[in-house]
Amino acid sequence: MTDTSIGTPGGKIAEIKGRSLWDDARRRLFANKAAVTAMILLGLLFIMAVVGPFLSPHTFEEQNYAYTSGAPTLSAPTQEGGTTFYLFGTDANGRDIFARTWIGARVSLAIGFVATAVSLVIGVIYGATSGFIGGRVDNIMMRIVDILYSIPHMFVFIILLVVFGRSGGILNLLMLFAVIGALEWLTMGRITRGQTLSVKEKEFIEAAHAAGVGRWTMIRRHIVPNILGPVVVYMTLTVPAVILIESFLSFLGLGVQEPLTSWGRLIAEGAQEMETAPWMLLFPVLFMAVTLFCFNFIGDGLRDALDPKDR
Amino acid sequence: MIWFALRRLMSAVPTLFIVIFASFMIMHAAPGGPFDGERQLPPEIEQNLLAKYDLDKPLLEQFYLYMEGIVTEFDFGPSFKREDFTVTELISQSWHVSARIGISALTIALLVGATLGCLAALNQNSWIDYFVMALAMTGITIPSFVIAPVLSLFFGVWLNLVPSAGWGGGAIPNMILPVFALSLGPLAVIARLTRGGMIEVLRSNFVRTARAKGLPEGLVIRRHALRAGLLPVVSYLGPAMAALMTGSLVIERIFGLPGLGRYFVDGALQRDYTLVLGVVILYSTLIITLNFIVDVMYGVLDPRVRASQ
Repeated sequence: MTDTSIGTPGGKIAEIKGRSLWDDARRRLFANKAAVTAMILLGLLFIMAVVGPFLSPHTFEEQNYAYTSGAPTLSAPTQEGGTTFYLFGTDANGRDIFARTWIGARVSLAIGFVATAVSLVIGVIYGATSGFIGGRVDNIMMRIVDILYSIPHMFVFIILLVVFGRSGGILNLLMLFAVIGALEWLTMGRITRGQTLSVKEKEFIEAAHAAGVGRWTMIRRHIVPNILGPVVVYMTLTVPAVILIESFLSFLGLGVQEPLTSWGRLIAEGAQEMETAPWMLLFPVLFMAVTLFCFNFIGDGLRDALDPKDR
Repeated sequence: MIWFALRRLMSAVPTLFIVIFASFMIMHAAPGGPFDGERQLPPEIEQNLLAKYDLDKPLLEQFYLYMEGIVTEFDFGPSFKREDFTVTELISQSWHVSARIGISALTIALLVGATLGCLAALNQNSWIDYFVMALAMTGITIPSFVIAPVLSLFFGVWLNLVPSAGWGGGAIPNMILPVFALSLGPLAVIARLTRGGMIEVLRSNFVRTARAKGLPEGLVIRRHALRAGLLPVVSYLGPAMAALMTGSLVIERIFGLPGLGRYFVDGALQRDYTLVLGVVILYSTLIITLNFIVDVMYGVLDPRVRASQ
């Protein structure tokens, strides 16, 4: 990961192979069975999100009126009179749940990552600035965060989506990314600020000052690498939180719009047909739950690995 | 202490004002008005209608009138889509449903969550601990809108123990499933928080002192450890309330309960801006007030916080 950015400047000495914070952390992380299993599962899920839709003979929009709300089967009738297969069954419009689940995975994961990236950028810049400058500016900036904190976010998402976001298509997706990311950076900002404040006072920063390191280099090479730990941990926990928010909104019919789909939408559709076609609910729920579990286990593992005293 | 409360109040009031102002402006900036129907109204009639609802006035004046209505008469204006009702009427018809479910769920989450968390902390690294933590992890990762339909199908349709949906005038059997589904998320978080808090407290010096002076273990836990160990839970009360409110948006929809959450979602889908605005303001007020109370309470409960203020 970013282990090259810290340790010894110059790189030549690195042949001695000191054990940096990140080497240690990686060792501890890979010794954590739950985290490793979660990483492998998540890797498989990513691969399926990319290639999954191509593995089905049907596209995620294709309708087959000869086999609607059909159970998973290897020999289903097609509209033209032939036979085909549906590994996860079909929905009420005769669309392939297998293809739809993986398209949903793509959308949900994409929203999770992009919104987390947005929140990361805003949060880290805001928090680091606040912590680094300190004093009055810090006070005011943190008071603003306090105020934003006490606003019920889900209601803000809903208002914004009602007013601006229900146009459908890519624009709608971008809106979701931006809105969620722009409101989920607060904790990230607080964590970054706290870390910056504590790192700022450390001796090695003073030493770097004495050695004549410039302000920008100071932030980039000495402060940022040392505040990364908690930020990375929180980032891993933000992704599932965002996936949940998106699925919540989609469940209410406010998130991703037709014909595109996401796990939240699939679960909403599945919940309505639960009695007649339980497979519509089962598969999206299964994969979403696995994904959320994986992220949480990786987050916990990372926390233990990066901050052993917390165990 | 009073200074601390006053200072917190001074940030709570502007926060609430900002939320209301921003929501109002966004809603009114939205394309389309309340009277855009399929039928084009004659300009005079439209003008009259706009004048009746004060919509022809400048935006800031509209905001002033709106706020005046709320503050003096608790009047949130007319509903745009349910024409014969005012927002206040709709809210007063439905809030008690949401309140009953929410308060029941919060009570259950607190009692069961804190008990489970304590049990886990007192039996750290035993099977009880692992079981509680696994349960908590499940509660945190699996959203209520997944649990709710599954519960409804299993207990309502297949086993036929309780009604699978509907309010039934607030009968207890009708409330069981929604309350249970709603409480799971906060319950899981509370269990985790209690466990963490208790483990830390049980290792601390004042608990060791209490044990050293020969207090029975039950007293040590009840009188000394619990008070400090539950502090993280107190600070979670505000977010828990928010979680319950957002949770009830889907729970009420799934179980078909005539509560505020359903009005809010229907209002949002039908672009009934005044209704949505009214519910948002009500919820924001509740959450911000609760956060304020919790912050002040925290200062009362934990002398260290007070000292640092």
